[in-house]
Amino acid sequence: MQRQVALIKQSLFDQGYLDEQFVELEELQDDANPNFVEEVATLYFKDSARLISNIEQALERGSFDFNRLDNYMHQFKGSSTSIGASKVKTECTMFREYCRVGNAEGCLRTFKQLKKEHATLRKKLEQYFQLARQAGPKETARRPK
Amino acid sequence: MMNPSQGRGLGSGGGSSSGRNKGGEAVVEMFPSGLRVLVVDDDPTCLMILERMLRTCLYEVTKCNRAEMALSLLRKNKHGFDIVISDVHMPDMDGFKLLEHVGLEMDLPVIMMSADDSKSVVLKGVTHGAVDYLIKPVRMEALKNIWQHVVRKRRSEWSVPEHSGSIEETGQQQQQRGPAVSEDAADDNASSVNNEGNNWRSSSNNSRKRKEEEGDEQGDEDASNLKKPRVVWSVELHQQFVAAVNQLGVEKAVPKKILELMNVPGLTRENVASHLQKYRIYLRRLGGVSQHQGNLNNSFMTGQDASFGPLSSLNGFDLQALAVTGQLPAQSLAQLQAAGLGRPAMVSKSGLPVSSVVDERSIFSFDNSKPRFGDGIGGLQTQQPQMNLLHGVPTGMEPRQLAGLQQQLPVGGNRMSIQQQIAAVRAGHSGMLMPQQQPFPRGPPSIRQPMLPNRITERSGFSGRSSVAESSRVLPTSYTNLATQQHSSTSVAFNSFQQELPVNSFPLPSAPGLSVPTQVRKPHSSSSSYQEEVNSSEAGFATPSYDMFSNRHNDWDLRSIAFDAHQDAESVAFSNSEAYSSSSMSRNNNNATVAATDLGRNQQLTQPIMVPHHQVYSNGGGGGSSVRVKSERDTAAMAFHEQYSNQEDLMSALLKQEGVAPVVDTEFDFDAYSIDDIPV
Repeated sequence: MQRQVALIKQSLFDQGYLDEQFVELEELQDDANPNFVEEVATLYFKDSARLISNIEQALERGSFDFNRLDNYMHQFKGSSTSIGASKVKTECTMFREYCRVGNAEGCLRTFKQLKKEHATLRKKLEQYFQLARQAGPKETARRPK
Repeated sequence: MMNPSQGRGLGSGGGSSSGRNKGGEAVVEMFPSGLRVLVVDDDPTCLMILERMLRTCLYEVTKCNRAEMALSLLRKNKHGFDIVISDVHMPDMDGFKLLEHVGLEMDLPVIMMSADDSKSVVLKGVTHGAVDYLIKPVRMEALKNIWQHVVRKRRSEWSVPEHSGSIEETGQQQQQRGPAVSEDAADDNASSVNNEGNNWRSSSNNSRKRKEEEGDEQGDEDASNLKKPRVVWSVELHQQFVAAVNQLGVEKAVPKKILELMNVPGLTRENVASHLQKYRIYLRRLGGVSQHQGNLNNSFMTGQDASFGPLSSLNGFDLQALAVTGQLPAQSLAQLQAAGLGRPAMVSKSGLPVSSVVDERSIFSFDNSKPRFGDGIGGLQTQQPQMNLLHGVPTGMEPRQLAGLQQQLPVGGNRMSIQQQIAAVRAGHSGMLMPQQQPFPRGPPSIRQPMLPNRITERSGFSGRSSVAESSRVLPTSYTNLATQQHSSTSVAFNSFQQELPVNSFPLPSAPGLSVPTQVRKPHSSSSSYQEEVNSSEAGFATPSYDMFSNRHNDWDLRSIAFDAHQDAESVAFSNSEAYSSSSMSRNNNNATVAATDLGRNQQLTQPIMVPHHQVYSNGGGGGSSVRVKSERDTAAMAFHEQYSNQEDLMSALLKQEGVAPVVDTEFDFDAYSIDDIPV
């Protein structure tokens, strides 16, 4: 079971959903904080859901306040980077770039993509954590390298 | 390195005891374990991660997701934290603003962090006095070493006095120390921080630790200073201070008189002096900020212009302002502009000084960050006079300085004209702003550029005003500049100028007199300009032999150096700087000559070397400069050119270097600092 968990994790890295930062987080996990990574991930998804909905509302308004959108995205990018959500981070960067040049269409497109990546990551991580919990407390972070 | 006075030697990190003084010897924390960190970030995910990481480093962590809450926490518990880590983008308050507040009120080292790694933001961090800048995602390795900033700050605080002691061995110190300057800033918190490790301090370190024994090493007043308990500048106290300063007039306010007016038992002249220094820097920064925040880079040059006055970003604004003022001949303005934004628009400086004054005022009015200082602004300006011991330096010097500057001006042809103009302006203004206008001369002009504009602006904003006063400080060493800068208008000019000026290059450093007080730069920009000034002043040092050194202006370079150190001082909380500033001031005067030469030399050097550090250390400006200077000596030539492009880098490098060396008076630092310390 643990091997399965490890495999899933490895695939997340291989597919680019997660990056080095995630490993850093795992290293912070220890006996005293056995579920640290999961807690952080949960917090991240909760907070990012809020940000996503803010952005959505702003986009729906149609006024395209790029500054404000950029601000939201900056926050979003910050948290995504902190947990190692690699693909999400990429979409954030793209979105900000579109904001910078004032490309509304680009923003909308990227945002859709971003939501998709975000949802996918969420699902995969949930799966992963569930398995990890079942497999037992063993899965300590180990740098893929 | 540090001997654990407290007895807890942490072995690993630095093995030095934190010696923070909470009121005196304190003891405390063992470094690095137990370091009390306050983390501020509106992102809950990051906050959680950071907390976990910090706890893993064995630090004591307090989380905060709102800047206001963080500030009130800090205020309620002034000595309850050792270091603050804050995000840049926060909804309720800008991270830089928080940074300023913390620096001014609590004098704690602040680390900025952000997912944004653009140079301008990093630079801003530098100019605002951040001791470091971390890019998200933050990794453990980065957090593990944050204790170094606390140690560094402590050392510079109490080492200042020590430093002077050791440096003064040459005999100068006696004089400098005399004026009770010895109030080692370090004393405040120094007792705990034993710098034994300092090479330069050698014996003094030990004495510092013991405080009692200080007298032995230094043989002077150190002993008395060491014991000084740190003065906490509460809101009320600060308000009293500001009221006194305003009453006397910013330019004219002298610590002694302020002390008398305040009539607070237990407060020493040194306390007031260092606080005054910080205040001036603060004001200067405010003045300069408004102008060109964006031109931080350019503002680098402002350092030079500092003398000109609040030139706030010469880049574009200043030039025009100058042109308008009529001081600067249109062509110079054009030249300047043509020179490229990089070049410090110094030219306009001459014209600016006047405007800067005005600007400064406005800055104060709208700058919410400094509600307290608002009053001070006016005061600052008046302060200068007192500070400038050298103040007497005749404007005549300016021309000389300008000439010197010209050489340095990286701008090239423009420089010359600009310098002349500046000199002219200065001469004209000197009466008003910078009494000292010390000749920048040859100094470092080119080198300065790298100075982090951010830092400068901050300083300049604050010091701008007081630049006049500062001049009197005798900049001999760059450090003194810092001290003086704050006070003297020169620095103000310097600062403001810096912000505005593109760091590039105008070596005009000595301009300080000009820029002083009026720079109204926005707090951010001012800091950068200040830095520039400082830098420029450094450049100026090269020529130090001029009287300038005696005047703060000369120290322009010194100032820059000092400024850097000063910046740190600022953040250190006025209370700390008191000892420092007073000592540096006195020292400056004495060492002015000596320092000047050194500085001049160093300044040039410093600039070139800038090692691009992204993490700028605002502290150690003073100390750092001296150190910097030395190492840079070699690179002086290159620095200048690189400045434009590497301004930020240079600044950071410079700052870094400065950070290395304690803020201690620049004067002393030169000797004291071993080049080795320079993180080049």
